[in-house]
Amino acid sequence: MNDLNRLVNIRIAVNGREHQRAVEPRMTLVDFLRDELGLTGTHVGCEHGVCGACTVVFDGEPVRSCCMFAVQADGSSVTTVEGLAPERGKLSPLQDAFCEKHALQCGYCTPGMLVACQSLIDRVPHPTEAQVREAISGNLCRCTGYKQIIDAVLHATTQDASHG
Amino acid sequence: MKAAPFDYIRAESEAHALEVLQQHGADAKLVAGGQSLVPMMAMRLARPSVLVDINRLTALKGVESAADAVRMGACTRQRDVEHDQGLRSRLPLVAQALAWVGHIQTRNRGTVGGSLVHADPSAELPLAASVLAARLHLRSQNGVRVVDAAEFFQGPMFTATAETECLVAIDWPVWKGAHTGSAFDETSIRHGDFAMASAACQLQLDEAGVCQRVALGFGGVDGTPMVFPELVSQLVGHRITAQAAREIAHSASSRCEPGDDIHATASFRRHLAAVLGERVLLKAAENARGASH
Amino acid sequence: MAEAQFRYIGKHRRAVEHRRFVLGQGHFAADVRRHDTLHVAIIASPYASARITKIESSAALAVPGVHAVLTGEELCAATLPLLVGVDAPQVERFPLATGVARYAGEWVVAVVAETRALAEDAAELVHIDYDPLPAVVDMENAIEPDSPIVHPKFGSNTIFRRKFTWGAVADDFARARHTLSYRVRWARSATVPIETFGVTCEWNESQQILDVWASIQMPKFPDQLAKALKLPGNAVRVHFDVDVGGSYGVKRGIKHAVLAGYLARKLGRPVRLIEDRLENMRGGDMQGPDRAFDVTMAFDEQGVIHSMKMRAIDDIGAYSGRAPLQLGKPVGAIVGPYRIASVEYEAISVLTNKTPQEAVRGFGQAPTNYAIETGMEKVARFLGLDRVELRRRNLIGKDEFPYLIPSGTTYDSGDYATVLDKALGVVPMAQLERERDTLRSQGLLAGIGVSTCLEPSGGNSSFEPLFNPKNETTTWMDSCLVRIDLSGAVTALMATSTSGQAHETLVSTVVGEVLQIHPDSIRVLHADSLSALPSNSPVGSRMAIMLGGAAAGAAKILKAKVLAIAAHNLGVPLSSVVYEDGAVFVAEEPQRRLSWDQLVEIAHRKYHQLPPGMEPGLQEKFVWQVPTGGKMPTEDGRVQMYPCHSFESHVVLASVDPQTGKVKLHRYSVGHDCGVMISPDVVHGMTYGGVAHGLGAALMEKFTYSDDGQLLSGTFMDYLLPSSEEVPNVTIVDHCTPSPLTEFGQKGSGEAGYLGSAAAISAAVNDALAPMGASIDALPMTPQAIWTAIEQRNSGKAGENHAT
Repeated sequence: MNDLNRLVNIRIAVNGREHQRAVEPRMTLVDFLRDELGLTGTHVGCEHGVCGACTVVFDGEPVRSCCMFAVQADGSSVTTVEGLAPERGKLSPLQDAFCEKHALQCGYCTPGMLVACQSLIDRVPHPTEAQVREAISGNLCRCTGYKQIIDAVLHATTQDASHG
Repeated sequence: MKAAPFDYIRAESEAHALEVLQQHGADAKLVAGGQSLVPMMAMRLARPSVLVDINRLTALKGVESAADAVRMGACTRQRDVEHDQGLRSRLPLVAQALAWVGHIQTRNRGTVGGSLVHADPSAELPLAASVLAARLHLRSQNGVRVVDAAEFFQGPMFTATAETECLVAIDWPVWKGAHTGSAFDETSIRHGDFAMASAACQLQLDEAGVCQRVALGFGGVDGTPMVFPELVSQLVGHRITAQAAREIAHSASSRCEPGDDIHATASFRRHLAAVLGERVLLKAAENARGASH
Repeated sequence: MAEAQFRYIGKHRRAVEHRRFVLGQGHFAADVRRHDTLHVAIIASPYASARITKIESSAALAVPGVHAVLTGEELCAATLPLLVGVDAPQVERFPLATGVARYAGEWVVAVVAETRALAEDAAELVHIDYDPLPAVVDMENAIEPDSPIVHPKFGSNTIFRRKFTWGAVADDFARARHTLSYRVRWARSATVPIETFGVTCEWNESQQILDVWASIQMPKFPDQLAKALKLPGNAVRVHFDVDVGGSYGVKRGIKHAVLAGYLARKLGRPVRLIEDRLENMRGGDMQGPDRAFDVTMAFDEQGVIHSMKMRAIDDIGAYSGRAPLQLGKPVGAIVGPYRIASVEYEAISVLTNKTPQEAVRGFGQAPTNYAIETGMEKVARFLGLDRVELRRRNLIGKDEFPYLIPSGTTYDSGDYATVLDKALGVVPMAQLERERDTLRSQGLLAGIGVSTCLEPSGGNSSFEPLFNPKNETTTWMDSCLVRIDLSGAVTALMATSTSGQAHETLVSTVVGEVLQIHPDSIRVLHADSLSALPSNSPVGSRMAIMLGGAAAGAAKILKAKVLAIAAHNLGVPLSSVVYEDGAVFVAEEPQRRLSWDQLVEIAHRKYHQLPPGMEPGLQEKFVWQVPTGGKMPTEDGRVQMYPCHSFESHVVLASVDPQTGKVKLHRYSVGHDCGVMISPDVVHGMTYGGVAHGLGAALMEKFTYSDDGQLLSGTFMDYLLPSSEEVPNVTIVDHCTPSPLTEFGQKGSGEAGYLGSAAAISAAVNDALAPMGASIDALPMTPQAIWTAIEQRNSGKAGENHAT
């Protein structure tokens, strides 16, 4: 339409793999992950920074990927839900706990929820219920009423056995 | 909800950022954390032609402690301030305010400066800055000027920052004295929402519990945070009693002109301000009595 | 029917669906990628009521990458109007407005481009001229004679109105010692799933098939879509294997699909419409009941309610899909769990210039339960009776089932008093009262609330003919096909979509139970609409009953077939053989047996060993009608609504900060009875989620409109969904009164939690406010609303209670 919106070259590491692309500045990080890289595990729920469905790990911290443009992520590293499993065919202890404790129903908020919970566990290996509630307070869920999600995190962090 | 087209420039230095601002004026906007700006761009309520990204400018990050102030780079992440144990004792009010700011994800990206420049009348950091009389450093190609918080916040989403200026640092005054206490409270419908009303207080007592110094402010009840230096000066030289707190808070709230919205009417907001004002005065006094540093 | 007799049913089992979701491998509508897809952005009307006088699209069409700017005029000429749920064809509705916009947010133009962002850019270049007209926003104004009329061709804003009288209402009222009247207001809210509605349509020119991938939960979606597009039913293929990111009723994107389908055929490329959140809130047509109830209870000195008059007026917005029928479904449980002998029920469905209403979890039962339960609270308070005791005096007793209610529905089974006791048993009342008193001593208001509510289930939607005699639909079937392949592996096909209810888990558990093989070995697939058997979709809490029943039915036929093959090959009568874990042996000589693999091989390959006349292979379908369904309503509007009746009782301890109006829930217990639970984890999960939905409706959710019809809560910053900090820990205690009507005694429970929580939370808040003389009878009970109720307590404006 006019001269704006010139493509910008970016290089991002996503789930341990380097990607190089030329993107429109206005493309959000979540749209980049989903549409450019085909990683559709991260979901769009509101596009205005409230629901948390788009939560990914960005340079080590959980962030809302709808509140960032992909061009801002040049040189950074991102982990999405697809990068949470320890290896193909296995589930992380948290993912396994989500299944065991029925911590999801429709699955739409789940990727963001897993990232938020995993980020908590990485910082606080044995969180209290209150800490879990706070950690997921920026992730909205309409299916579960949150209880089984909290149960899953507490279950994952009070077990020492390995899961798979 | 896709943003309108824009050009993106990642600032390589402060000077670079300022040059772009000088060149483009109102068509350019700085982006730091983006937690407020990016959603507004998605809704096409904000449509800069040029977005200047200052996230990576290390010169704008970091916290330096001096004798009577803490200097914070404007691009310091809210999360970093929140987790800084040393700041808790020097700037307790800022730590208390941050506990109310959004959610973990937003504090991981949001910056202290970004929240101040965005100047939402219900936001916590602008209130804390007003109560503590923070000083804001605005830089342009012409140099730096320092603006007091009282002059900085000029209206809803509107500050003294000129189009060609970038907020680079904030000086937060530190209150020294054995019995300093602070409190922050707000009422919102959900955890992490913008406040319907908020109140912040910092005060100093002597050994006998008599007030030596006090600052009180309200958020969400006017176009900018409201502080009441003359009014609260009546408390100096006296104990902070429940009745005194109630009267001062009530007086303060009656000076505010809140707006109506779907969550709260003006009169409810004013009422909340009085309630919260009383609570933070008493809580700050309680904290001050217990403190010793 | 003790649960001990089941091997898989009723046990903890990991849901089959979860693995793909936790790995981020879900297949949601927005994940569907078709080659060369075009994207739609919508231009919506800024006015609540306006004539559309000009649409100028040349500037938008000139933008490279823009393929179409579709107006209502073109679409309306090429498609048929969307179905209206009541007899009001003049209330015509198309996906795009034509000539007139009837609500702010109504879709006026669809812009199609290579990317969504480009479509939005081009949309800004379309110039539309509007001539604003007077709008009506308040439903009570809408029924006044001088109100603007939303659909002049229809001539009135009352799209449906009927008064039902069941039983001797006048006599019961005349004889009653007391009457008490009140009004409650259930504000417009909805289930607002985190995933918005999305659809991709692709027209296959060589096969003349329209492929559809949509985030859909809707009865007869493929049929209605085909009809609107003037295509035969076998030209539309809806892919039900799309994972739906939550629906709880509202994902009825028929207008989205017609729009995308039309564009896909016109442009010869796949067309994708994914609502953004702004489009969804304002123009997605997914808002819920918006209702005022005026109720009068007639009761005696002991608090026994003899009769009830209820007038329910509901604002359905500017167009009608099934929304008016949400006043009809509650007819099937109009007395709640109580022995009320006669009822007068007036249902009024009103059009206004607001976003249209759609089916919301419970289809009108949750607001109705709130209205009934409020009455119980008020009667108790009036008589000075304990509200639990009052309920005990009115609850239908466990020996009274099956119980026929005045409006013609028979409740199949239940034991309401026991469920109430179980809910009360989680935290003994004495302790709740101590905790309440402690909160009060801290300067807070505090109260305890109880609710006892019906959860009708089974989805016999006889409210259709009840509210529209021209609609003689009495068939509410569902189906399942089960196959055992050559390798002996089992596959089941279900015929509709899933939005979190774990249907694959349900079906495999049921089939595994019948065939005595491990459910994890059974694969369940969602057939598409062309290869599927008939279904009426997961609505009305029907799938455990209907899909569970169909899966069991098909599996039982297969098992019988396997037994027959075995008996034939073992040379003994059928009565002499026993089926065990997939093998069959002679009862008297267990060593004479045939294994699963042997039986499968005979069925598939050894025709010479099949019993004469038996169909080769191992595949059986089961299609069945809803139990107790199949009858038209009587003249006076009595009809069997849903077949099975689940029940829930909530006990809540709440505090209210008298200075800020903020509510906090400290204790939350639910007693729940949905008969035999096939998947307890799933049932519990939906109950927790339902409680959260009800909490939202009770305390914070509202689609708020300005006086000129603008939606003021159109983003998540203003429409507030409860987070983990607002939803308390909920304890559920189960009870089981099996249904005599179903295969395993199961009842449905997809609406659990939601149907009783708003009532209980309201009761708790009102119990907290009562010592102050304040009350609040409108939802949501926001801090502002509660503070206002407290302020107004002495001004005589508190509520509109009239008691005699």
